[in-house]
Amino acid sequence: MKRIVFLLVGALLPLGVQAAQADHIKASHAWIRLLPANLPAGGYVTLDNESASAATLVSAHSATYASAMLHQSTQDPSGNSTMRMVERVSIPAHGRLALAPSGYHLMLEQATHALKPGDMVAITLDFADGSHLPVSFLVRPANTSP
Amino acid sequence: MKLSRFARLVCLSAMLIAGLLLAGCQRQEQAMPWELTDISGHMPDLAFHLTDDQGKAVSAADYRGKVTLLYFGYTHCPDVCPLTLAHLHVVLQRLGPLADDVRILFVSVDPARDTTEVLHQYVTAFDPHAVGLTGSPSDIEALTKRYRAAFTREPNKGGGGYDVSHSSGIYIFDATGKARLLATPSDSQDKLVHDLHLLLSPAGAT
Repeated sequence: MKRIVFLLVGALLPLGVQAAQADHIKASHAWIRLLPANLPAGGYVTLDNESASAATLVSAHSATYASAMLHQSTQDPSGNSTMRMVERVSIPAHGRLALAPSGYHLMLEQATHALKPGDMVAITLDFADGSHLPVSFLVRPANTSP
Repeated sequence: MKLSRFARLVCLSAMLIAGLLLAGCQRQEQAMPWELTDISGHMPDLAFHLTDDQGKAVSAADYRGKVTLLYFGYTHCPDVCPLTLAHLHVVLQRLGPLADDVRILFVSVDPARDTTEVLHQYVTAFDPHAVGLTGSPSDIEALTKRYRAAFTREPNKGGGGYDVSHSSGIYIFDATGKARLLATPSDSQDKLVHDLHLLLSPAGAT
């Protein structure tokens, strides 16, 4: 009996405290643009925050890639395109963050095995409070138009 | 007196003819409603000496007879370059058989990493009408300067990786190698299809 109560308390405790950021994020349209020759690939996903407080995406990791980094492409007024690493991106309360071509994206490098269009790749998104959201990404051909 | 009347008549007819000619010119201009930026006369003709993705030495003369879309990029660019090439792929698909008279010239601004083998795999993953071009850093720089397309190698990231910031314009040349139009990656596929149709038509070729 004591043990059951303990288990119950243990299970309810996380709900009593503030729920983790990842629990309130709904991921959709997750895909990877596959490039040949094991070149770095772009990962994209739409994240909807269903919580009343903002969530912060800080990193991503995957067993399929040696490196997964949060990047942002920007364009200056003269039409120069640049990519840079991003430390964190906020998803506003009840808001949406789209990791989409020519903006925020995951830069995925050194796949551990050859991928082909149609494959699914598991990538875990890491949030500022230490919570994680596993997302399944669809591998699509290089010349995919989103 | 008679002469002056004749002179006046000549003058009047000349004015009339000039007026008609002018109207004619204007009509011709109106018949070329480009939707992209018209750069005719503002950018030099296509000229370069580079190596294609098959390892063959090529120059602009090898692409005479084709409408060419010149774009600077690099293969370690996972986001904007593939987006632009995928965009152009759809445009060429929409042109149907006319696409055989078009070439996408993807010039690497990262010749240190972009070998002809990697470039070949890269461009063929996008479109059969895409050609990868690379060369010596000085030849590539000469070409980017010719079209005022800046590029900079960014500081090294971890693991020997680095990014290259580069101009994202698409320079469009007619079949004679004359610079005609400038597109940006955000220009719609409709605009590109429209203007390429014009450029590939007998009226647009001149």
